[in-house]
Amino acid sequence: MNEWIQAIINVFTNPTFYKSTLTQSTPLILAALGGVFSETTGVVNIALEGIMLMGAFGGVMGSYFTGNPWYGLALGTFFGVAMAALHAWASIKYGADQIISGTALILLAQGITGFALVELFGQPGSTDLVRSIPLVDLGSFKQVPFVGVIFGNLSPFVYIAFASVAFGWILIYKTKLGLRMRSVGNNPEAADTLGVNVYNVRYFGVIMSGFFAALGGAYLSIGELGQFTTNMTNGRGFIALAAMIIGNWNPVGAMSASLLFGGATAFNNQLQSQSVLNLSTNTQYIFGMIPYIITLIVVGGLIGKSRAPSADGVPYIKE
Amino acid sequence: MKDWKKYILNEKVIISLISVLISLVVAAVVMLIIGKNPLVAYAALFYGAFGTKEAIIDNLMKTSPLILTGLAVGFGFRAGLFNIGANGQVIIGALLAAYMGTMVASYPFYLSIPLVMIAGMVGGALWAAIAGWLKAYRGAHEVITTIMLNYVATFIANYVVNGPFQAPGGVPKSPAIAYSAQFPNIMSVGATSLSTIIFVSLAAIVVIYVIIQKTTIGYEVKAVGFNPYAAEYGGISIGKNVVLAMAISGALAGLAGTTQVVGVYGRYFGALGGSMGFDGITIALIGQNDPIGIGLAAFLISSIRTGSNQMQIAGVPKDMVTIIQGIIIFLVATNRIIKTLKVRKRKEVVEV
Repeated sequence: MNEWIQAIINVFTNPTFYKSTLTQSTPLILAALGGVFSETTGVVNIALEGIMLMGAFGGVMGSYFTGNPWYGLALGTFFGVAMAALHAWASIKYGADQIISGTALILLAQGITGFALVELFGQPGSTDLVRSIPLVDLGSFKQVPFVGVIFGNLSPFVYIAFASVAFGWILIYKTKLGLRMRSVGNNPEAADTLGVNVYNVRYFGVIMSGFFAALGGAYLSIGELGQFTTNMTNGRGFIALAAMIIGNWNPVGAMSASLLFGGATAFNNQLQSQSVLNLSTNTQYIFGMIPYIITLIVVGGLIGKSRAPSADGVPYIKE
Repeated sequence: MKDWKKYILNEKVIISLISVLISLVVAAVVMLIIGKNPLVAYAALFYGAFGTKEAIIDNLMKTSPLILTGLAVGFGFRAGLFNIGANGQVIIGALLAAYMGTMVASYPFYLSIPLVMIAGMVGGALWAAIAGWLKAYRGAHEVITTIMLNYVATFIANYVVNGPFQAPGGVPKSPAIAYSAQFPNIMSVGATSLSTIIFVSLAAIVVIYVIIQKTTIGYEVKAVGFNPYAAEYGGISIGKNVVLAMAISGALAGLAGTTQVVGVYGRYFGALGGSMGFDGITIALIGQNDPIGIGLAAFLISSIRTGSNQMQIAGVPKDMVTIIQGIIIFLVATNRIIKTLKVRKRKEVVEV
């Protein structure tokens, strides 16, 4: 028992845990923000998982062919936006079942990335190593104890994620466009009567969700390591959806929930590597399931308190 | 005779067929883009699925669990539930079946086989019922919860077959189940055998058809799926039926896992679940949630999967199958695209 307390204290007193919380949360924050954009306008987007995967693959592909990871980022977000546009087209123009359309896109993303992986890199599993987006080096700030270790050498994606949340919150709650987005998501008939173009606003929301989710996916591949591996998103798109729900469809709430999930994952990873515990290799499986169990408990425990936009998931057919 | 025609040629069947056709055409275009001849690839696919006796047996053995996961997802759809977690239910069902299978060595087959099958079905049912309960009483969407349960199930399986329930050597696997719990083979060609488990799947089609069409459970579940508020007004409990529908759906998925234990591997085997659960979604959608349609759709998807190995040898990566499935699901979801095409065609005819 004592060694467990010691191990937990070790984790919390080590700045690596806090840095890891930020890096684990970053893809979740971006994807959850994407979910907020889409669902605020009334389109459920469970395809986040697939969009992230396309963003991750596009990132590596662009970086591989041009040698410039920023072009990779551009290609990744383009792929994500294209996937989201397909979902928008099906959901908005053809009144598709949004959950099924989203599932189709997840399968498509898995198929396309797996297929292109073999075609471009010659083998399944993982791509070659490519250039990743350079980290933001804060120079002598790194020497500051504790916080220097946390913030001294972070990926620009981390800063982009938090800036995006601020951008999203202001856009949705403080601008005319945001008001239109919320009205289209809550009462499309009324918005239509008032002259708001329901379809265009919804297209905007879904396409923005593709942009942000693809950014989150690109972070996974070219944010740190510079490699794509098969299905590397590993359910993060769904965890981001859970974060969006727990965050009550609000950018700041979604960010807080993402930090909670990211922190849980970071804690989990750090605890496993504590040598005082002397764990057998088999316990990695027990630790591995913890983030998913936490998601289950939180989704099951908190949902009554959060409320989706009234017309979320309901196709709008103009009379 | 007229009824028969109506059953075969209704709009839903046509949408499914057109969706499958379009997906194959799109896949062919992709093959042309990467410089492969789609006719050669599809010929290889066909040969891989039907060309030899082994291929046909392999195909039927793959069809068998897909019928069950297709029925699982389809039954969920009938109740208005999207069970995207059949994979996890397959795994938990198979694990419990394998565990029970190692306990029944001293029993005769007429006891050990039912015990093992019940264990597998209960495993799948309970695992799915967690998501049903969270949906009915906590309002958690089943798509998120069943996905999370898939991951948890995979980790549990990895843990037990690498630890407490491990057989030594090679890939992670459980100890072998008792001989009395194994289903006999009908015939064997080379290393492939046709097991009697195929009859379990065929029987499940009939049982689910009867449950949906002829029983109170089926009626209530359908009513909740069709319009939950009207159903509740009519005295049907939404919560109870959501949990029950998920449990039945999970029991079918658990049975799919069980058949792999008792008829194919004789134990729990590393990656036994594969992509059965996700295939089940495609199958339920192509089959339009109709038990007989699901049976045929399972055979179709199994044929594509079985043949994909030969297609890969012909130079088209296997992942093409996943792309084809994605396109089919997308088109079924947006069936109004196909309906619009049909309307336009009719209009053109009128104008001429």
